[in-house]
Order: sequence, then C-alpha cells, then structure tokens
Amino acid sequence: MPALLEAENLEAQYGWTKVLHGLGFAVETGGITAILGANGAGKTTTLRAVCGMVKTAGTVRFQGQRIDGKATEDIVRLGIAHAPEGRGTFMHLSVEENLRLGAYVRRDRVAIAADFERVYQYFPVLVQRRRQQAGTLSGGEQQMLAVARALMSRPRLLLLDEPSLGLAPLVTREIFRIVRTINKEEGVSVLLVEQNASMALELADHAYLLETGRVVMSGPSADLQRDDSIRRSYLGY
Amino acid sequence: MGGSGGGAAVAPPQNIMDIFVQQVVSGLATGGIYASLALALVMIYQATDVVNFAQGEMAMFSTYLCWSLLQAGLPYWVAFVATLVIAFVGGLLIERIVIRPVENAPILTIVIVTLGLVFILNSVAGWVYSYIQKPFPSPFPSKPIKIGQIVLGAHDLGAIGVTLVVLLLLFLFFRYTTLGLAMRAAAQNPASSRLCGIRVGWMLALGWGLAATFGGVAGMMIAPNVFLDPNMMTGIQIYAFAAATVGGFTSPFGAVVGGFIVGVTENLVGTYVSFIGTELKLTVALAMIIIVLLVKPSGLFGRSIVRRV
Repeated sequence: MPALLEAENLEAQYGWTKVLHGLGFAVETGGITAILGANGAGKTTTLRAVCGMVKTAGTVRFQGQRIDGKATEDIVRLGIAHAPEGRGTFMHLSVEENLRLGAYVRRDRVAIAADFERVYQYFPVLVQRRRQQAGTLSGGEQQMLAVARALMSRPRLLLLDEPSLGLAPLVTREIFRIVRTINKEEGVSVLLVEQNASMALELADHAYLLETGRVVMSGPSADLQRDDSIRRSYLGY
Repeated sequence: MGGSGGGAAVAPPQNIMDIFVQQVVSGLATGGIYASLALALVMIYQATDVVNFAQGEMAMFSTYLCWSLLQAGLPYWVAFVATLVIAFVGGLLIERIVIRPVENAPILTIVIVTLGLVFILNSVAGWVYSYIQKPFPSPFPSKPIKIGQIVLGAHDLGAIGVTLVVLLLLFLFFRYTTLGLAMRAAAQNPASSRLCGIRVGWMLALGWGLAATFGGVAGMMIAPNVFLDPNMMTGIQIYAFAAATVGGFTSPFGAVVGGFIVGVTENLVGTYVSFIGTELKLTVALAMIIIVLLVKPSGLFGRSIVRRV
C-alpha cells in the first residue's frame, strides 16, 4: 500500500535563500511520523512546503495525487489539517468561532455539531472558554485550540508544528496523549515536527532527523532511540 | 450640509428646545450617511490596511447609476436595489482588476492607486453626466412630519431608517453567517485562514463589494440634500474620515457611532456657533480629526496596536 503522504526531492526557498535541499520522507496511512532537528534545520519549512505556503520544487503526493504547486486552501480541502507554528489562533474571535472556522470547508451541519462535542470531550477546558476571546487563552490552551481547530476539518492527515513549544512538560504530555488517542481511535495520520526529540520518538512510529535542510538519518523510532549519536546530541543522556 | 437642505422647506420652529431636537435629528440623518461611508472605509482598512480614498467617488458613481435607472423609468426602490447590486459587482471588479495586481506592493503604492481611482471615477462621471448639478429624488414624502411643535423632515427620518436597516443587516451577516465569519478571519489572520481552506483573495474582493454597496446607500440617501454632481461626495468623504477617526479605524462599531457623533456635532456647532454657520462646517470635521489624533489616536472604540518586538 502506498504511503499517505510522500515527498521526494523536496526543496523550498524564501526569496533567494534555499532552506530545504531535496528532502524525501513519507507518512504511512494511520502512522505517526516525526521530523526532528535543531532550530533552523528546516522543520517548520517542511510542513509549510507540504501545505504550499512556500515556494517549492520536487514532488509531494497525498493519497497518490500530486499536491505540490497547489494553493494552500486547495491542499487543505483534500484532507490535510495544519496546526501551524505560533498556533495560528484567531486572537480576536471567540474559541467557538475559531472552531467553526476549522470546519469551514465542510457542509455537513449535523456532523459538524457532533464534532464540536467530540473536540470538547478531548479538550474539556475549551468548553468553559467557549465564548471567550481566543487571545485571552494561555499558551497551552491555545495549543489545544489549534489541535481542536485542525480536527474540526475531519482531516486524514494532521500536521503538528512543535506542539511542545513554550508549554509546561505536563501540558505537553497531555497534548501528546490526546494526539495518540486521535491517531489510534480515529485513524488520523500525523506528521509531527519537534525539537523535543525524546517525547516525539515515544509518540512516533517513524522519524527523520534534519540538519540544515537535509535528512541525515531516518528509520523506525525505536532504532533512532537506540542510536548513540542521536542519544548524545538530541536526547541528552 | 444635510440639515440645511432638510430644514429649508420647514416652517421656522417655535422655541429653543424644538430647534435643538430638529437639529439633532437632521444631524443623525447626515450622521447615518457618514456612518455608512465610514463603515465602508473601516471594512477595507481592516481587511487590507488600506485607506480607500476612492470610497466617496465610488458612492457618487453608484448614485449616478441610480439616476440613470430612474431616468429609464424604473420605480425608486427597484432602481435602489439594482444600484446596490451593480455597486457590489463594481466594487468586486475594482478589487480584482485594480487592487489585486498591487496587493503585495507597499501601502503607499496602493494608496496612490486609490487616489488614481478618485480622479478616474470623477472625470468619467463628469464626462458621461456633465458637471451640471442634477436634482435627485427622495423616496420619502416631501411633507415634513410634525410631532407636537417639532417639525422633522421626512427624508431625514427615512434616511436614518434606511441606514439603521443596512447596519443591522450587516451586523447579522458578520455575526451569524459562516461567510461573514470567514471574512473577519481573513482580515485578521490571512495565513491561518488559508489553512482553514478560506479563499482569502475572494474574501477581500467581497469586502470591497460590500463597501461599495454601503457607499451606494450613503450616496443615494445624501443626494436629495446636496444635489447630484461629480464632486458631491468630496466633503462627505472628509466627514466619513472624521467619523472613522473618532470611532477608531479598527472598530466597525466605532465607525458607526463616530458617524452619528460627527453628524450631530457638525449640525449643532453650525447652528449655535454663529461665526461657523454653513461655510465653516467642514472645518469642524477637520478639527475633530486633529483633536482625536492628538488626544486618543486609536479613537473612542479602536484597539491600540501593541506589537511585541
């Protein structure tokens, strides 16, 4: 069975500066893939490249279909949801309006109503904050809102950009736990970008290590966890 | 401006209180018109950070179109609605054809483009319709309405009603429809909106269309007072700027309140401060702009923008 998402020779640039130099990676259907690396390795750009938010070269396939060169809003409509860097919160809109926007591309009103209940079950804290301006939420709550908003589109693939950034370890752990549940119970595949390698490797089944825009190592998470150089440079023991 | 037109046909009122109420009401009538135009300015400003200097000229042009439709024999309200539809499409096309190509250019470039639009619309209107003033009909009875001793212009009251209905429809649209929500989202956070599947470019075009529609309402409501001519909106646009500044360029609600404040203030100052009269009324608007910018630059209801560096 072909991979759900497959990138080959992926390049990306901002202006004249090339940031990705021919990446190849895949996310299996129902799998969780992690992209690891230090600051500036090109992790965020990789997700942006998948969503057509930067100028790219190379090929990206989703469910076998080429999506490179498509507009972001068209890629999203195919079933890819992106909880972006900085969380992409609509600060001046209410929590509920943020979630409504997540379901913008859908027309099935009844199912959308059911999905509100579903994401509120995953993130009960959002229920109390329903009518509140999203800008008043804490960092952890905004991250939960970003994941919840992404889920509202009923995606087949969820892109998560550093969900741990700026959050207390306990909150991060909670978010990772929910991502695992979503993956297991709803079969949503996940492409996760993380600096926190140990947590990411625990969650993912497959991982890629990025250095200055190139894949320097890849394989099943268990293999990477055992690798000495990774342990020293990224896991810190 | 509007007050003098509405008040001229009316028998002189009896006492001080009646004069005051009459001036307030006609101030509210013109204020509603400023509010519509200010709201149009704020909508485009919020979505694109651009102050559309051509807003007034777009309104003037719509009013001429309505005049043509009326000349062709259409009933007033049919022509009114048809004009709004044409204005909507026109605003949409202006965004797609004129603004879109310079979308990513520096703000100043876009401002100059809107100034270019001012001159194009103004001269095309002059060329097609000539610069000679034309009377423009009011859909409301010319007979003033008497409440006790107070005499109110029917057109003034009608204009207030029309403005309020339009504002209410707009509020409902933005508050309760998904499309309205998407437009607000696109204005706030374009990148995140695209990730939700919203076609941001089209939302901006829709914003221009809606803004042109309100401008059209303002033009058709003010034209019976000021007569139809290609320069009819020049002064009104300045009042609309004053309204948007008073209310805050970042607050649609503020723009509406600002419109009514400016309308009433202008009328009362014109009535009670003898040296200002009708000639210096426009100066009142400019003075209000300057005072607000000095005392509270973000306006009464505006958000001051705090950037983390």
